[in-house]
This record gives sequence, C-alpha cells and structure tokens, in this order.
Amino acid sequence: MSGTRARAGDRTRLTDREGFLAWAFLLPTIVYLTALVVAPFGLTVAFAFSRSTSDAPSYRFGGLRGFRAVFGDDVFWRSLLDTLTLTCVSVVLVVVLGTVLAHVLRADLRFRRTVRTLVLLPWTTPVALSAISWRWLLGPAGSPVERVLRGASLLHGGGSPLGRTGPAAVAVVAAHVWRLTPLAAVIVAAGLNAVPSGVWDAARLDGAGFWRRLFGVTVPLTLPVTAVAAVFTAAITFVDMAVVRVLTGGGPHDSTQVLPTLAYLRGVEGGDIGAGAAASLFLLPLFLAGVVVALRAVRRAEAIR
Amino acid sequence: MRRRDEAGTAAKAVEARGLVKVYEGRRDRQVRALDGIDVSSNQGEYLVLLGPSGCGKTTLLRTIAGLERPTEGEVYIGGQLVNGLPPRIRRVAMVLQSYALYPHKTVHSNIEFPLKAENVPRHLRERKIRWAADLLGIPDLLGRRPRQLSGGERQRVALARALVREPAVFLLDEPLSGLDAKLRATTRDELKRFQRQIGTATIYVTHDQEEAMGLGDRVAVLDAGRLRQVGTPRDIYDEPADTFVATFVGSPPMNLVQRANRLVGFRPEHLLPAENVAYDSRVTMPLRIERIEYLSGDRHVYGTVTKIGTETRVIARLPATVITPLAPGETHEFAVPGDRLRFFDAEYGIRTAPVRIGG
Repeated sequence: MSGTRARAGDRTRLTDREGFLAWAFLLPTIVYLTALVVAPFGLTVAFAFSRSTSDAPSYRFGGLRGFRAVFGDDVFWRSLLDTLTLTCVSVVLVVVLGTVLAHVLRADLRFRRTVRTLVLLPWTTPVALSAISWRWLLGPAGSPVERVLRGASLLHGGGSPLGRTGPAAVAVVAAHVWRLTPLAAVIVAAGLNAVPSGVWDAARLDGAGFWRRLFGVTVPLTLPVTAVAAVFTAAITFVDMAVVRVLTGGGPHDSTQVLPTLAYLRGVEGGDIGAGAAASLFLLPLFLAGVVVALRAVRRAEAIR
Repeated sequence: MRRRDEAGTAAKAVEARGLVKVYEGRRDRQVRALDGIDVSSNQGEYLVLLGPSGCGKTTLLRTIAGLERPTEGEVYIGGQLVNGLPPRIRRVAMVLQSYALYPHKTVHSNIEFPLKAENVPRHLRERKIRWAADLLGIPDLLGRRPRQLSGGERQRVALARALVREPAVFLLDEPLSGLDAKLRATTRDELKRFQRQIGTATIYVTHDQEEAMGLGDRVAVLDAGRLRQVGTPRDIYDEPADTFVATFVGSPPMNLVQRANRLVGFRPEHLLPAENVAYDSRVTMPLRIERIEYLSGDRHVYGTVTKIGTETRVIARLPATVITPLAPGETHEFAVPGDRLRFFDAEYGIRTAPVRIGG
C-alpha cells in the first residue's frame, strides 16, 4: 500500500504542482512590469523631488523645487489646458466616429473582410509612422492639403497649415482621432455583438424610428463598452507625445505643446530633469481618479442588466 | 373581379399571397425559406403555423411583421397591401421567441416604449400601461428590471408590451419554448383565454403539435417553405392532405402501409384487436407483435402487419378499455374500421380516393 503511494509520489512532476506553475507563468510578467513600469515610475517620482540636471545627474534631494519651477512656467499651464482640451475633443470624436464605424463593421457588406482590414489599418500603423504621414500631408510648403487649400483660396499668406496656431491644433486632434477611431470601433462592435439581436427587432416592432432605436436602445445598451472605449482613448491620447512631437514639435510658439512633450522638452532637452519629472507626474493622480470613476460607472451600468 | 377581390380581403386580418423568400448564401447558394405561400387568417381567429424546425414558419411570421422583405408575393393586413412598410405602420405586434425585453429598462419603461414611439401623451400612456399590466397580472412587477424576472414573468411583460399598442394582429413566435414543461401547460391555457378576451387575430408559430392542436382555431402545417395543409385541428388530424401531415401530426404518427401504387394510412388508435372492431366494413390484418409499451394507461403495440400490403412495421395504441391479452412474439388478428382508412399516392404522398381492400 505505502509502496504504491511512494511510487506515485515519485512520478509527480514539477509541472504537476499548480503553485509552482502559477509563479512560473507570472514571473515574466512581473519582471517585465517591474523593469518597464514600476522602476521608471519610481525613478520619475524620485527625480521629481530632486535638483538633478543633465549636467549634474547625480541625485540631490530638492524638495518641491521641480514642481515650483513647473508651476511658475506659463507654458506648463497652457499645455495643461491644451492636453485636457485635446483629450476631451479627441474622446468625443473618437467615440462618435467609432460607434458609427462599429455599425459599418457589423453591416452585411459585400467585401466585409477587406473593409474590416482597411478600417483597422490606422490603429496597426506605428504612431510615429502615421504622424509622419500626416506631416507630409499637411506640413511643409507644397504639401497636398496646402496646395488644395491655396487653390480654393482658403489659405493666404506664407506658412503651411501646421505653422498656424488654430490649424496646427486641429491637425493634432485629427491625427489622434484618425489613429484611435478603429480601436474604439472594435471595442464598440464587440459590445454590439453582445446585445441579443432580438432587442433591435423588438424596437422596430414597437414602432421606434431610427433615432429612438439609437438613443433609446443601442446607446444605453452599449454604454458600458463605450465608456471603456472612451477611457482607452483618453489614456492613449493623454500620454502620447509622438503625434505632437512629429507633427508640430509643440509649435508654433508652444501653442500645441502637451504635457508629455513639455516634460520631454524641459527634462531631456532643457536638462532640468527635476522639472521634467514633475511635469509628467502632475496629472497622474487626477487621471487615475478619472479612470477609477469611469470604470466604477461601467460596473454599475453592467450590474443593472 | 377586382371588387370581389377587395371585398374578399377586407374580412381577412392577414393575407399572404404567393410569398417567396430567398436567402442568398455564400457562393451563390440560395435557400428558399418560403416557396410560394398563400395563407390568410380571419378576424379574431387563432391561426397556428406548425412545422418542423427550418420549415420557414418563423420567416413567414417575420415577413408578415415587416422584419423581412419577401422576395416575391404580397402581404395584406386588414385588406391593405403592406409590402415595404415598416412594422410600425402595419399595426402588428409580435412577441419574439426570446421575448427580447430591453434589459436596461424597467418593466414599466419596457411597456411604455411602444407608446412613446407613437407619441401617446403621458396620462394616456400611464392608463394603458395600467390596463395591460392588470390584464396580464403583473402590476407588482412594473418597477423591476427584466433580469429580476422569471421566464413566465418575462413572457407576460413581452405580451403586455405587444398589447398596449392595441394591434390589429398579434404575432407570437414560439412563446412557450422558453418555459419549463409545467409552466408551459398553464401558460398555454392562459394565452388562449387572453386571446379570447381581447379578440384580436393571432398568428402563433410552434413546432409543438400539442400546442398547435390545442390552441389553434385553424392550423397551417408547413414543410420546406411550403404550405401542406390548412384546417381545423380536427381536419388536420382526421383528414390529412398528404403523408407529411399524416406523419408529422399525431403521436405516435399515422401508420402507412404500401399497397401497389397507394399508401394505406390508419392512426394507431384505430388499429385494434379484431374482436374490438365492429364487423361491418372493417379491414382485418394479422399483426406480429414485437414489443409492448405501457404508457399512461394505454398499451402501445409495436409489430409488423402483413396481408393488406407490403410487410410494414406499425404501431397500435390500445386504450385501457381494450383488455385482450397480448404478448410479444404472437400473431394476433387486428382490424381497422373501413371509414378510418386514408389513402395516399405512393409516389407523391398526396391524398387520393379510397380503394377497396378485400375482406
């Protein structure tokens, strides 16, 4: 009796032990998150309270010096406002266009697969690459858009659209919206697929017209996923520096500067690491609060179903 | 000609003429879900569409409702051609198989939704919701949400939502299939009483023959997109138009024995030991008994008949009042009253005139 049990014990492999397996599978993620998220975050916090510069990189505690430097900077307050405006406008546009596109994705089109692939293309393109394309489209003298605008007498005087305050901001929003709409569309389409199709039949039978079906049935039923799409869009827009950096470089005259580019400008290019870190940290608590509130709302909306 | 036509349709609650619905599949494959259907339902009538799954009964209902566009043919509601009109103009109400309540709305808002869509003023809406809720016995549920309701309660809410618009026609798509067996029986009874009460023409789709025969004033039997027979439950059972209806309706189904170019049909309950069948005009046949089942007081006798045609396996259903001792393995003389025999064309399955069978 005990002999067979002992033999069975011999045959227990390491891979049969679930506790071991759990840790083995988790380890890569932990290492990865530590190296790429936790450590940089810790460093940023540390540097935000330092008086380190690129000329004197050794760590010296500086208290709130970095924050004071940032708060005294006019450009910081303007880019803070710009970041918030950019995020809000992008989220609204992305959610609306993404919802429309989600319906297109679900429609019974002739070349459904092709359409789906094409629709997803902007999201799969690397940010820097798509920003460069936008720059080529709008940017320097002789770009396609500039020529069309001049031809239509909508653009006068010197400079390209990106060289002007208003159009440059619009271009930044456009690039973000173009890039994130497919992501929102896929998320919302998944949400639409989860709604039992009978509900739409019922709405038609109940005599609801297009708008009533949309705002009385579709929108409330997809609100949770739409909120998720909005949170994702906000998060990605919020922390992105590639679009602004490539498209406008923050210009003209810092008019399209956002917090990430400003942090980079002050901390890396300007050499004031403390101020850069402080600028990049500033919105974290606010942003976290926003995400928590949004996700809570999603959970509550799902609970009533 | 035209006038008579209009007068004829005016009396009909719903009329379908030559309905064809073709679905385009992949690689140019076509599915004819409806293959030329003519059917009509009278005012206040309970018409049941009965057929196996995939026979097109739901498609027919959805086409009448306006959820599907027919490829060919016309739909008339109250004598009006409604082809191309959206459901809201057709004055039809449909209860979908899944009930499809709006999960984010309370029961009250669910019932209110069609009234809002019709821009009914608020005080009238409240009165109608009250009326429908009282009629279906759900006034206590108005504040709840669909996920807090049982299957039977959901069904009532779906009915109430369909009812408040005071439709010209009620369309019900397998409304009992979501309920458990016990609830199904009582709800069936309620559905029938409810329809009598409101007196609205109702078209009811089911694959369950018991529901169909029990509920329907008339039953329309469909198969493969075609209408096989329309008639009262009695007609359908006693005078089946073809072998499909004969074997689809009835449990156990009608026995069919081939005899030359005819099929001779008789219901299991009419095949009895010969001594239980009156002498005049009976047709006798020897039955080799293979197996006997004892089901709710009846004896179901499985065996093979010979002599009247090709050797065929048949079923006889003996009521408790027939006490003839029978055992598997023995051969016993059975008989069917002559007027209970039905004859079908062996090739096409169509009902034909009776032929003489000796004896």
